Amino acid sequence: MREITMERVNQTRENILNIIESPSLTHEQKLTNLACAADSLMEVLKLPEGLDELLNVPIDRQCICDLSEGHAPMRPRYIVPDYAKFMKEGSEFLQLAPPADLYEALNNLLIFYKHVPSVTNYPVYVGQLDELLEPFMDTVDEAQAKKLLKMFMIHIDRTVLDSFSHANIGPKPTKAGRLLLEVETELEHAVPNLTLKYEEGVTDDAFMLKAVDCALHSAKPSFANHAMFRKELTEKYVIASCYNGLPLGGGAYTLCRLILGNIAKRAENIQDFKERELPYVLNIMAEYMDERIRFEVEESGFFENHFLVKEGFVRRERFSGMYGLVGLADCVNILFEKEGLEGRFGHDDRANELGVEIMEIIREFNMKHENRYCEVSGGHFLLHAQVGLAEDQNVTPGTRIPIGEEPEELIDQLMVLNKFHKYFVSGTGDIFPIDLTVHRNPEYVLDIIKGAFRMDLRYLSFYSSDSDVIRVTGYLVKRSEMEKLDKGLAVLQNTTGLGLGASKNGHILERKVR
Amino acid sequence: MKAIVNRIIPFSSVDGPGNRTAVFFQGCNINCKYCHNPETRGLCKECGVCAEHCPAGALSREEGGKICFDPSKCVQCDTCIHICPHDSSPRTQEMTPEEVYQAVKKQIPFIRGISVSGGECMLQPEFLTELFRLVKRDGLTTLIDSNGTISFKDYPELMEVTDGVMLDIKAFDCGEHREVTGASNDIVLANAVYLAETSKLYEVRAVIVPELYDTEQSIRKMGKFLAPYLAVHDFRVKLIAFRPMGVRKEYAHYAVPDQNYLNSLADILKDCGFKNIVII
Repeated sequence: MREITMERVNQTRENILNIIESPSLTHEQKLTNLACAADSLMEVLKLPEGLDELLNVPIDRQCICDLSEGHAPMRPRYIVPDYAKFMKEGSEFLQLAPPADLYEALNNLLIFYKHVPSVTNYPVYVGQLDELLEPFMDTVDEAQAKKLLKMFMIHIDRTVLDSFSHANIGPKPTKAGRLLLEVETELEHAVPNLTLKYEEGVTDDAFMLKAVDCALHSAKPSFANHAMFRKELTEKYVIASCYNGLPLGGGAYTLCRLILGNIAKRAENIQDFKERELPYVLNIMAEYMDERIRFEVEESGFFENHFLVKEGFVRRERFSGMYGLVGLADCVNILFEKEGLEGRFGHDDRANELGVEIMEIIREFNMKHENRYCEVSGGHFLLHAQVGLAEDQNVTPGTRIPIGEEPEELIDQLMVLNKFHKYFVSGTGDIFPIDLTVHRNPEYVLDIIKGAFRMDLRYLSFYSSDSDVIRVTGYLVKRSEMEKLDKGLAVLQNTTGLGLGASKNGHILERKVR
Repeated sequence: MKAIVNRIIPFSSVDGPGNRTAVFFQGCNINCKYCHNPETRGLCKECGVCAEHCPAGALSREEGGKICFDPSKCVQCDTCIHICPHDSSPRTQEMTPEEVYQAVKKQIPFIRGISVSGGECMLQPEFLTELFRLVKRDGLTTLIDSNGTISFKDYPELMEVTDGVMLDIKAFDCGEHREVTGASNDIVLANAVYLAETSKLYEVRAVIVPELYDTEQSIRKMGKFLAPYLAVHDFRVKLIAFRPMGVRKEYAHYAVPDQNYLNSLADILKDCGFKNIVII
């Protein structure tokens, strides 16, 4: 462990006191922040040369960001337990036998959630709920089942205090899935996030229309291209956190992101960017991720000691690293300006083509880079279009077209997006606020989803332009809660604060309504 | 064969079921007071008033006197259509069925069909027949949005490639229809019967403007008149509340009906046996 200066220790102590005395943090939020403060004093990772000037600099110059994972990662960032195994076998550590009816099934799950760590300290994945619960649906009558599911979802919303938490349903319609959609339509909650895995021909239209109706009330579910994901990750995949496609019974060790716009600022021109600056940063970020993963696997003790591993709910071999990026649009636009070229990302064919060329460089780099602990993804990382942070300014999420610059027609936007979604096995997505009149024509949204997935788009979210629950970048918040927080009142969920930041810095309330 | 197209909306959620490309043709044969897109009514007389007033320089006069539109300069301020003395628009395009088809094709596979509207699209039945034949090859469905004043029965070839019609009944009483539109509704009602009997009536629409005609009586009579045909096939009724947006100044003063009133009209239809009623 390397020494640090007393100056840094005292700065951290100052920070700790601020956390303790904060009027707008709940007790749980204070604990989380205090743990981060303690972790920030650690220096145990062998950092690659050149990282410091790319990582520890202000946001307008930062090229690599580790998304608050801390200095000594003691557990993987995203943990995706095999809940089906838990339902079948119970847990010795938690002293729970397999459930016999819906009451026990829901109770067992709620207990389990409190023991699933992650970067947020809350479970980022709460299970494929329809498949988990369907076997118990006939143990009570339908009215009671719905009431129990409602209480279950309320319990999650009020105790999993972070909407980077995700439940999955689909692709097959089930009674449990249908009731969950009904409950979510009524509740209009931000937590958990919900994804419906959709495959044309497997998911029937009636079930989908229920899901679209739910989405226009509560901004969820989002829709994942099941055919695409299962080809890449097999049937044993989940959607966790924002929209991250991850192996079931494993997850992601780490997620770091390239801030492409700032890398472009370092370059003299397009050629310099492609041949020198980008490869340089790609390599340093990969080495940094290698080291974080090494520490987690070889030193943190997580994979030797945690009951999730010991009882086989997750396996080390099912984890991979998420190689993220933001700001492709910013990057292309900056490079175009440097070259004196007209045209902007999302509108100009040559600009979009440069975006594709940059993605190809990143894809090829990743295919050459090997990490011995990423067996599940062929020894390589999984690319991820990261959605941004609340404090991001002038950073466009992933490969999205910046808010305010969306093409006039949705078709033109979709035909740009479909060039990029395919690269991001571990997640990308686009979000569309929809005009209220569509409440009377949910087939409109269904047709767009069908067409989009045929055109290899990966993941889409819709919300009604007037609903209280809205999708920020990937996660959900309530407008009403953001307003409370903006007035200085404490709010229950951590992500409300992130949403408020994003609404001020990321203009998420100004998306083009479709 | 060419027709003047006012505009093509690539994705429309309000012109029939699902996502559809909507094609609006220029020119209309009646004059509804509440028309919300009056700039689709008339044909350009090349008077040049629009070009004089365009603040963005998107309109100019060609040598032959024709008005030339440059979409790249247009800022969508709509000055041209508001100032046009002929209820027309300089932003139209003369297109062949093949050209419209190519514009529709861009949206495949995101759309399930096309809807043609206007103006009054039935003023160009041969064009529609040709266009529908083309889009049918790609498995798209075809809907016509019409004021009903042109007899569908006279165009059997068009009806063969038409999946359904969204028919306006702007007032049930002939005198009131004349008051609202300047035209009789004899053919409209005959069309309603013909389309209902041949299962081509997808939707009947009424714009609700209580100050302009006796809406309650009209809806009641219309319900009674159409209800027997529900046995042939189910079709829906759409009650559209008058809104002043887009309406010519001299007619924009009518009151917007409230939700309770619209619900009471829907109840009248329900009593007649209609199940599929949409209020917008």
